[in-house]
Amino acid sequence: MSAKDRFAKVWLYGVLAIVGLAAPWLGLYPVFLMKLLCFSLFACAFNLLLGYTKMLSFGHAAYFGSSAYVTGWLVTAQGWGTIAGILGGVAVAALLGLAIGALAVRRQGIYFAMITLALSQLVFFVCLQAPFTGGENGLQGIPRGSVFGIIDLGGDAAMYYFVLAAFAAVYVLIRRIVHSPFGQVLKAIRANEPRATSLGYKVDRYKLLAFVLSAGLAGLAGSLKALVLGFVTLSDVSQATSGEVILMTLLGGSGTFLGPALGAILVISLQEYLSGLVGAWVSVMIGAIFVVCVTAFRRGFIGEIERRLARRI
Amino acid sequence: MTTVFGVPLPAILGQLMLGLVNGSFYALLSLGLAVIFGLLGVVNFAHGAFYMLGAFAAYVGLETFGVNYWCALILAPLTVGILGIVIERLFLRHLYQLDPLYGLLLTFGIALIAEGIMRGLFGASGKSYPVPDSLRGGFNLGFMVLPIYRAWVIFASLSICGASWFLIERTRLGATLRAATENAHLAQAFGINVPLIVMMTYGAGVALAALAGVLAAPVVQVSPLMGSSLVIVVFAVVVIGGMGSILGAIASGVVLGLIEGLTKVIYPEASNVVVFVIMAVVLIWRPNGLFGRESP
Repeated sequence: MSAKDRFAKVWLYGVLAIVGLAAPWLGLYPVFLMKLLCFSLFACAFNLLLGYTKMLSFGHAAYFGSSAYVTGWLVTAQGWGTIAGILGGVAVAALLGLAIGALAVRRQGIYFAMITLALSQLVFFVCLQAPFTGGENGLQGIPRGSVFGIIDLGGDAAMYYFVLAAFAAVYVLIRRIVHSPFGQVLKAIRANEPRATSLGYKVDRYKLLAFVLSAGLAGLAGSLKALVLGFVTLSDVSQATSGEVILMTLLGGSGTFLGPALGAILVISLQEYLSGLVGAWVSVMIGAIFVVCVTAFRRGFIGEIERRLARRI
Repeated sequence: MTTVFGVPLPAILGQLMLGLVNGSFYALLSLGLAVIFGLLGVVNFAHGAFYMLGAFAAYVGLETFGVNYWCALILAPLTVGILGIVIERLFLRHLYQLDPLYGLLLTFGIALIAEGIMRGLFGASGKSYPVPDSLRGGFNLGFMVLPIYRAWVIFASLSICGASWFLIERTRLGATLRAATENAHLAQAFGINVPLIVMMTYGAGVALAALAGVLAAPVVQVSPLMGSSLVIVVFAVVVIGGMGSILGAIASGVVLGLIEGLTKVIYPEASNVVVFVIMAVVLIWRPNGLFGRESP
């Protein structure tokens, strides 16, 4: 990377950091900002699979939602602390990812997609019927608590910076993972799986580890969302949410670092502002964006920008 | 009274009958899915939406134009099939050179659009479609009453499945189709109009889904979301059966419907998930599916 590139990148991330830190003071509704961050985190976690390993998981809401339920249940019914509750949720999401991933990596491509979809539907029905999820009503009144009893997260500003810090940490972690030797192997699998196998890499193990990482991080996003909004509903584990995270990633640019976050911001903002105006027709619009993305805009926004600039950001 | 697993026999037979009805829908849908996948390499996520559109076409036909059930059985698949052909021409055609995942995503988007439009026009609540007069009532089998309409659904679906199998495996048209599936370039070199076959196949597969929708209209509530969860079950059926084989798709559809019906009697809480559990077990035991021949 040339010095000029490095300079441009420092500028870009510097500006983004300032925008992130200043956002609550710009007149934007803080809970909405936190929701954007949670879904950005979710999409970045999802991108680790789709973008860097080309595994299309069609059921990522299962990890997002189950972690949200577990965290909600732990801090509400079991009286766990906030951090412990989040870690509990993430652990369950990662274990679920291990179980489903171990089955799904046995097949590739569209079969992988169908298997993850079917198994996430299984998780959906379990959440519908399990005693601790509140069924159709979901979980309500989840307290935000505090960080080790030191920082109270009840206020929106404190919670916002907590979520922002979590997002930034995961973003850096994902960059590290992708640039690590492990990430290079994942990209090799994406480029040519049989060749990676013939070079002696245990492809399935790499794929499974990527799946578990992605599921765990998606779970973190779900846990944070449960704490931010104070409730969890069945829509968090539903197929619709799984579809939305795919759209976010595609729209922003799969296989780019900033793309999924941008896509999440666009999709959630569109939904938020249009659902009041057009009601049920929002899903028509989401579907239309899907069709446009797949037929004419496969690189996504950041992917197109990177192509024009001929460099990665 | 005779009991099995502590459940009265008539209850078991009743649920098995319902399971067989569901199984015939699974068979019709997974057949269409398998044929489309075989030729186009596209997993048609919109299959459930076309099933829903078929049911709505029958409903709107009856309510607005007074089209009776028997005409709807022809007209609805025809209309939806033409819609499918338009979609294939406009969108799907451009994706054949790309990763099959794009086809899945495109049809997912189309399903969202179709469901959203129907929800905008008709609302989310279910509509009921009357059973046609000539199929009302039931046969008394002694141990249970078999509603004539249910028997008709099973008979009609299985005959259509059988006819499709015959068409594909035993006729000249089917041989052409299989040749195009096997090697499109070579088939084209022999003068077969492959793009036309691809287009008609998508139309026919989609029309089968719409036909299932019309058959289902009198036994389920006609609603915009009736296809969205069904298509996931059908995906699981297809993973279990293996997508390479037409008979496999039909057989696993029927059998899984029966198993689902049986689960409703023995352990009702699991009836929604039993197909997915079976899929997981099959994946451990035979990753390519029970009838799968293709490489993973």
